[in-house]
Amino acid sequence: MAKLPAASELCRQLAELMRPHVTPATCLVGIHTGGVWVAEWLHRELELTQPLGTMNVSFYRDDYSQRGLQGGRKPSAIPFDVADAHIVIVDDVLYTGRTIRAALNELFDYGRPARVELAVLADRGGRELPIAATYCPQALSLAPTQSLNLEKAEDGSLEFTVVEK
Amino acid sequence: MNSNPQLNKHGELQHLLTIEGLPREIIAAILDTAAPFTEVAEREVKKVPLLRGKSVFNLFFENSTRTRTTFEIAAKRLSADVINLNINTSSTTKGETLLDTVDNLSALQADIFVVRHASSGAPHLIAQHLAATGRDHIRVINAGDGRHAHPTQGLLDMYTIRHYKKDFTRLTVAIVGDVLHSRVARSQIHALTTLGVPEVRVIAPKTLLPTQVEQMGVRVFNDMREGLRGVDVVMMLRLQNERMNGALLPSPQEYFKYYGLTPDKLDLAKPDAIVMHPGPMNRGVEIDSAVADGRQAVILPQVTFGIAVRMAVMSMLGGA
Repeated sequence: MAKLPAASELCRQLAELMRPHVTPATCLVGIHTGGVWVAEWLHRELELTQPLGTMNVSFYRDDYSQRGLQGGRKPSAIPFDVADAHIVIVDDVLYTGRTIRAALNELFDYGRPARVELAVLADRGGRELPIAATYCPQALSLAPTQSLNLEKAEDGSLEFTVVEK
Repeated sequence: MNSNPQLNKHGELQHLLTIEGLPREIIAAILDTAAPFTEVAEREVKKVPLLRGKSVFNLFFENSTRTRTTFEIAAKRLSADVINLNINTSSTTKGETLLDTVDNLSALQADIFVVRHASSGAPHLIAQHLAATGRDHIRVINAGDGRHAHPTQGLLDMYTIRHYKKDFTRLTVAIVGDVLHSRVARSQIHALTTLGVPEVRVIAPKTLLPTQVEQMGVRVFNDMREGLRGVDVVMMLRLQNERMNGALLPSPQEYFKYYGLTPDKLDLAKPDAIVMHPGPMNRGVEIDSAVADGRQAVILPQVTFGIAVRMAVMSMLGGA
């Protein structure tokens, strides 16, 4: 397959896509774990003043009855008022759309936002739900047997790897 | 059925019957899973959809409004349907056996049984019966059986200690009071030793200690002042008047004098020691109000953490 795009470059491109549309009132919510890394970077780069939110969507996943409780043990933290807010959900990779479905359900348990958008570094195809990213600098076409993972090095830099499942 | 009926063949938690014999990794996983559930209570919608469509039956063969309520809240915050049965007031008085009751409720599509029973081993018996009759998809949680175990209380106590003290392997913990009648004490001792607490002390008059309690890996003190010296955590037990047969104690006043936690006795513990109590408290019997309401008490946080720990246990059992 083609060479993987550099995650740092995609972060920069994503920030530029978002920049014309964010205001000081825009709130970011990163999805654990990769989405939080990207959201942290965007939050600094776009100089947003609202505190950064994070979500662990494992309580809302649709595969609980098949696979049990999955995912990390970090709590969700939404340190701003969701009601009437402009919120951008941030994740590293958009795939089936099921994580975003879970994230939307979770977000609405905190209140009724005015507008919700989605920012991802890469869209790898394979959607199973009618969900699309608002901001996405890179589309890829990966086989269902491959998994696109974002990893964080010790120096804080982000890198994509493809793993054969 | 394998040797530890709480675990399936992959070593995953199947039922929660007792902390005894539970591997350290499982206890740690329960505590880790509980952490994100503490945050759910702060949301506008204090509910997550994990157990939507599942039925949790609270089978209370022994009354306990408080424990039943905490399980009920935990199950409802997981979106389960909760059915409360106080069985001492219903079928068994008509002569139905424990297992007949379980069979009938299984036929009502139960997913989780939360069982409180005055006889030690009743939840275990139910789990065995479910396995023997091909219904091992139904989970059992022990909410207190006789003098045997009260695992969720033990786990929420561990969560509380970890929250305030972080590292179990540097702690000295004292359990004070009616150890003899206390299933809570047994669960606490098993949990503390499994998690690597180097020194667990029990402080009680000889009449309220089980024989050979030392074999559980604890140091025994009959003098409370001596036992409290330098401890990081003081875990008080409730004096279980309802479980006492005959005269084990002279009087509540006498008990308070020697084994009641007062500010001057607490001063012998480390200055940052925390004070815990499983509730309900007998003020002026095992604990002085000045301590119960004081800055070192973490008794109300215990109650709050108890919901998250019970949510964690149910969500670990209720999935695939």
